[in-house]
Order: sequence, then structure tokens, then C-alpha cells
Amino acid sequence: MGKWTRRGFITAGVVGGTALVVGVALRPGNRNADLAPLVEGEGETLVNTWVKIGADNKVTVIVPHSEMGQGAQTVLAQMLADELDADWRDVEFEEAPAEDDFANYALVYGFAFGQFDVPKALVGTASGAMLQVAKAMKMQITGGSLSVRATGQFGMRVAGAAAREMLLEAASEEWGVPVSQLRTNGGQIFKSDGSIAAPYSQFAAAAGAKTPPYTPRLKTPKEFKLMGKNLPRRDLPAKVDGRAVFGIDVKVPGMKIAAIKASPVFGGRVLKVESSSADSMPGVQQVIALEDAVAVVADSYWQARQALGAVEVQWSEPEHSNLNQNAIFDQFESTIATALAETSVDPEVDAGDAPAAIAANGDVLDVTYRAPYLAHACMEPMNATVALNGEECEVWVGTQNPLGAKHAVAEALEIEPEKVKVNNHPMGGGFGRRSMHDATVQAAKLAKAAGVPIKLIWSREEDMQHDFYRPAFSSRFQVALDGSKQPSAWRNLYVNKGEPHEAPHIPYAIPNVWIGSVKEPMPIPEGPWRSVDSSQHAFFTESVIDEAAHIAGQDPLAYRKALLVDQPRYLAILDKLEATSGWSRPLPEGWARGIAIHESFGTIVGEVVEVAVEDRRVEVKRVYCVADPGFAMSPDGYVAQMESGIIYGLSAAISGQIEIQNGAAVQSNFHDYPVVRMSSSPEIRVAIINSGAPVGGAGEPGTPPIAPALTNAIFAATGQRIRELPIAKAGFTV
Amino acid sequence: MELTVNGQLHSIDVASDTPLLWVIRDTLGLTGTKFGCGIAQCGACTVHLNGNPVRSCMTPVAAAMGGEIITIEGLAQDGQLHPVQQAWLDLQVPQCGYCQSGQILSAVALLEQNPSPTDEQINTAMAGNICRCGMYSRIKAAIKQVAGVQQFDPAAEVANG
Repeated sequence: MGKWTRRGFITAGVVGGTALVVGVALRPGNRNADLAPLVEGEGETLVNTWVKIGADNKVTVIVPHSEMGQGAQTVLAQMLADELDADWRDVEFEEAPAEDDFANYALVYGFAFGQFDVPKALVGTASGAMLQVAKAMKMQITGGSLSVRATGQFGMRVAGAAAREMLLEAASEEWGVPVSQLRTNGGQIFKSDGSIAAPYSQFAAAAGAKTPPYTPRLKTPKEFKLMGKNLPRRDLPAKVDGRAVFGIDVKVPGMKIAAIKASPVFGGRVLKVESSSADSMPGVQQVIALEDAVAVVADSYWQARQALGAVEVQWSEPEHSNLNQNAIFDQFESTIATALAETSVDPEVDAGDAPAAIAANGDVLDVTYRAPYLAHACMEPMNATVALNGEECEVWVGTQNPLGAKHAVAEALEIEPEKVKVNNHPMGGGFGRRSMHDATVQAAKLAKAAGVPIKLIWSREEDMQHDFYRPAFSSRFQVALDGSKQPSAWRNLYVNKGEPHEAPHIPYAIPNVWIGSVKEPMPIPEGPWRSVDSSQHAFFTESVIDEAAHIAGQDPLAYRKALLVDQPRYLAILDKLEATSGWSRPLPEGWARGIAIHESFGTIVGEVVEVAVEDRRVEVKRVYCVADPGFAMSPDGYVAQMESGIIYGLSAAISGQIEIQNGAAVQSNFHDYPVVRMSSSPEIRVAIINSGAPVGGAGEPGTPPIAPALTNAIFAATGQRIRELPIAKAGFTV
Repeated sequence: MELTVNGQLHSIDVASDTPLLWVIRDTLGLTGTKFGCGIAQCGACTVHLNGNPVRSCMTPVAAAMGGEIITIEGLAQDGQLHPVQQAWLDLQVPQCGYCQSGQILSAVALLEQNPSPTDEQINTAMAGNICRCGMYSRIKAAIKQVAGVQQFDPAAEVANG
């Protein structure tokens, strides 16, 4: 790295004598007293984004997010290239290395403050405090639907705009023409009258000596040339001809393959291993017992897997070895009932006096909803490859959090994080699962024990039975209805609060609202699942409001609108949905519609589902989706994310459940954890509203409304209210 | 044992009950064919055996002996993508991409046997291939594009507020 001249958020320098490098970063010696302690050593830099403009006018963008299929890397480069006014054909991008310097501070900032806007976060002490947190938590995560709205808005656009301003300043000096008379386009600088033109590269070295602007001017949407356009994703050609190298495809010289089996009961330990018959099977190198799992290392995966089946393991029996799914829900619901009776909960929302209003009201809807544990079931089973060379460790894995993987491996092997190099690969699905490092740590331990590089591949059964599941939930609602059956009080008590904080909150204008939670932890591994807690709370709240609408005998869309008069973004979505879905148009015999709307990760999404129900067979015919993400950077990519989120949520709503029996997961593969296939996949029509609100997420917000829209449609068709997912539990099939 | 993959004859030394998938991936090093479930439920491992789509995770290598096997790496001819692959790019079908080798091979087999399939025939032919990113409508649209079928335009409507 060459000279970095700026000690503020934006840094710049020259590399190789000719290339301009601009980074959005924090450097030692920052004059802001709150920020200075964050980077104390001269060698420390916290870089979020950087861009290089080379002598050949090629633009290289470093993106600090992994690719799990959402097209994030292309769209992030697109945002930077637009602010830079680069020629898209000259833009290349690389994924940031897993170094602490690239910690994704914006993610932590987003979780803490919920909203994003530019350039507020570039200055001020709040960001500084968050930088500290991000660094401490070693985060470099792709998740929370944050790539575009955080890194893109804070990092990419700012870096591109700063580089452009510095290039213009250098050109202005060299040509003796004021900046106001210069224009940029396609990686070139022009004098306004067209008399002079030159590529950026000509000014790269001179620009690198400039002091970067503290807060460069960002384009307004009217000035966008690339943002808001559909650019082909750069990762796709390698995904249609077999060239893409996923983690599972990695080949390392001398590597052996491992298959693994962990204790079926969560938390069980290995007591005794009998491997004599496995030891002598073809290709088997070694049988290795870890604390809570047993692995076979062999020349090929099939040999390892076959031999693993011949290993007999005696596991310890943790206390919860007889824990069953019904007992979990019973425990949740009795805890809720006790807390309601004792009025001991400190609510997270307490407007008006809902408990008193409910106690005084004769007409109360009192219902309990449930959502099951869910597996992520990424297409690519968990896997990781690790090679050790003395104190040096190299890891090949597809991960949503490469920096976290680096630190997890370092901790497991008791070596310095600097000794661990993580090579990140495209992921065959992430959905939150690949923010965990369990398989990577196992591979590291196995490589250490085996003394050779190890590629560990989980079976589908292992993947499904040792997930970090979307937690199971119970949620109790008491809604008081006034004389005209409008909700006058809303009380909701649920188990186990998680992220995002606002997931259980409702947008509806109800005079008395009380929302609270109780803790009832279970010994089941849990983790983030696409849209995290919005995945269940949207089902609960959007079903309950639908129940209220039906009790009132009112149209559920009109009922919602009447409660949203002060929410213009919601109203615009409902109006648009009404039009696109032909809400008031009669449907064929046996068909019905359901609606739901929910805000998550800064995006509001409304969905209308059309179903045809015959006996108990449900055919999901069409889904109409209207999303307001503020601004869709890549509209077709945005539509694809909505389609994807809808199908993912639909699979869960129809048949997704991991049941706990005797302390272990029952379901093991796609035969008993069925997912939507093409034949059960509805036609999906997506409309986007670019409302101009702060840019919201794409990957997750499409998922939450689909389950309640489906069950509300089934209610409309059959009169049966489904209060527990999946609908298969109520005997409905597709 | 000898195995013909993408027109090339290979001599291999593996147990005859080894699934074709692991011979293709581990022995021949062709990693475009994916492991997804191991029980012929997801279709990620789909290859062609004598023009028919088969789930290589449940096909013993002995059953493929003497046959013509085509994997995703063998679809392009003389550097030209197969029309199905091209349609996948045109409609930006893949997201994570992991299932797409299997999806493409199922689609190619369908179109070779039935150049203008109906919706129902497409659903049946593609029923064995799961896409967890849920790109079914794009997959179907891409198949119809190759088949030259007029179709509903799934393009989004974007309103600027």
C-alpha cells in the first residue's frame, strides 16, 4: 500500500506510481477525539471500501460482502461506478480479504439505529462508537439485508464520489480550467465545451496527492446513470457452465475428505467409539473423535461416508434427552399465561393502557399462535477445507462472515488470528446459516488431528439435524374490539425476543398497545433465518389483524387501510396491491385471496396470495407483491430477491418444521422436510415503489408477509383459521 | 472400469457401487455436478446418461458403464453455450447457482425429447429439481424462451414516488 494521506474517513493514495486508490476508512491520528482511540497503532486501518483506478483506466472495486446469490457484489460495484462516473465495462471487483481492517461497521450501526441515511453516518460520534463495537465483534457479515443500504450507501457511493472529485481537481489544475467547467462521463473528464478530454488514468497520480473531500457530494436520483438500471450479474456466467468453485468444490494438494456425525441429541458428548470395522474399510485413513462428533477421514467422500456408517458411538445423555416438541410449546404457553396473570413483564411497547382496556372490555379476541423450528436447508450442505502448515492455517469456505470464520478458527486452534487466512467462496445458499462457523471449526480441528489438509463435507442429514434453527415461538394476543369492532387495545406477549427489535411491532393506529416478551430458552441451537424474527412475528400480527377484520365483517384490505391513515408508505403499497391484484375482481369458484403487509430491514412489503382449495388440498395460484425499498438499485435483481423470499417463506409456511423428539431433530432430508418445487410454485408478480425513503433491504423483506397472506387466503376459502405453522399441521397439503 | 464422460473415455479404479456423483466429482474432478441430498430428492446431482436425466447420487457407477454421460461441463460446444445455458443468462436465472447445473441438465433433456413442452410437462420434467433460492418462475420462463413459446412477461413494474 502506498501513501495514505488522510486521517479521516476518506483516505487516498497512489500505488505503483500511477494508480489512484481511494478508501472510505479510519486512520490513526484522526482529529476527532472520539474516533482517534479506535485506531491507535500506526499499522491499523479500518477500511470499509476501496477503489483503485489504474494506469489503463481500469477501475477495481473491493467489496466487503460475500456472494450468496443475491447479486450483492455486482450491485455494490454498480453503486460505486455510478458515483465515479466510470465506464461499467472498465469496472472489475474483488471480494475484500478477511482482515480486521474490513470490519463491516455499517452493519452494527444498522442494528443499533435501524435507519440509514447519507452522510450522517460519515461524521459524528455515533458512527465512531459503532466502529469500536464492530471491531470488537469481528464482524464482516453479509446479512441483515445490509449490503446495499449500509455498505453501498456509506462506503461505495462515498468512495466513488470522492475519487471523482479528486480527479476533477487534478484535471482542473493541469488544464488551468475551473472545476465548474469540467464534466465527467464514462471514465473521462471533459471541458464543458468539448475542447479537451482525457481518461481518468491521466490524473490518477496527481489526484492521489490531493486531500480527499471530507463529505463528497453524492448524486441525486435524477443524476443516476447506473443505479436503478438492470446490469447483468458478473457472477452468473460461471454458474451456468459448472466453473463456479463453491466451498464444496475446493481442491487442495494432499487433502483428504472427512465425513462427520455429531451427537443426535443436542449437546451430547462422545463417550466411546468402536471403529474397528470402519478402520479397515477401503480408503479410510483415520477415525477421529471430537468432543461432540466423530469423523472418518478417507481418500474420497464416499469412502468416508460409508465407513462413518460402520462406526459405533456411545453418546452422553444430556438432561434434555427426553425433550419433545409439544412440551416445548406447553412450556412457552404456560410461561406466557403465568406472566400475564402476574403482570410482571416490563413491556417494550406501552402506549395508552391496553391491559386496563382489555380488562374493561367484554369483547376480546384472545388467541395463541405458534411457529415451529425451521432448518435453513441451503442447497449446498455445510462444508469447509482447512490446511495447516506449522502455525499457519489456510481456510477455504463459503461464509457470510469471513472475518468471524478467521477468528473462530484461530480460537479453536489457539493460534493468532493473523496466522489464519480465509479464502471465501460463493455460497450455495446462506439464509443466515452461513454466518455460523461450526463446520469450519470442525474442519480445522480435524486437519490438526489428521496432520493433512481436510475437506469436511456434511451429509444432508447432518446439515438438517445440526442446524442453528429459526427458533420455535408461541405468541399470545388479546385484542379488545369496540362497538364497531375496531381494535381499541392490542396486547401481545410472546416468548424469546430476538432481532430485529421492531419485528413484533404493528403499524396500525390502535389507541392502546402493549407488547412484551418473556424468556424461556430451550437447549436447541438457534440462529438467524431469512428475515430473522420478522419471519414469525409477521405471521402472528398479520393473522390477528385479519381475524379482527373478519370479526368486524369488513374487507381485510379496507380494514387495514382504515388503521393506516397516517402511514402513507403503507397506504401506497395497499393501493397498488389493490390495483395489481385486482382485489375487488371476483375469483373462480373455490378460489380466495389473502393479504398481509410487513416492514422489515427498512423495506415495506405487501403481498396478496390467491389460492384454490379443494378438500384440504391447497393450490397457491398467484402471488402479487408490492415492495417499497425507497429505491431499487438494480430493479430486476430486486424483483428476483422478492421472488426468492416469497418461495422461501412459502416452503416454510406449507410444510417447514423441525420437530424435537427425545432432544433431537426428527426431520433429516428433503423427503420429510419438503420444500416448494416448480409444480407447487405460484406465478409471482412484483411491483416496486421507489418512494425516496432511505434505502431498505432486499434479501429478507419479501419473506415475512407470505405466510400470513397464505393462511389468510385459506381462511377466506375455508373459514378455518390457521394459528400454527406449517399449514400441514392443520391437514392441508399442496 | 471405463467410463465415458463428455465424450472422453476414462479408466477408473473405484468400487462398483460407488455413486456416479462421487466418481464424477472426486475421481474425475468435474465439480460442476453438485451434491445436495444423497437420496435423489433434490436433483443437484443431475447428469445425462444416454440422454436421460439421472440423479447421479443414487446411480451406482457400474450402471453407467458403457453409457454416454454428459455433465454441465460438457454442454457447451466449441466454446458456444448451449441455448439453455444462454437463456439462463438472458433471464438472469441463477441466484446462488448451486442447483443450476442440475436444473439446466433436466431442462436440456426435456427440450431434446419435447421441443415445445406445455406448462404441465415442464412441471413434471422439472419436479425432481429443488431450487432453494426459489427461481422457479425464471427457470420456467427460460425453458419457454428456448422452446419459442409466447409467455407472460415477468418484468417488474417500477413506480417512482
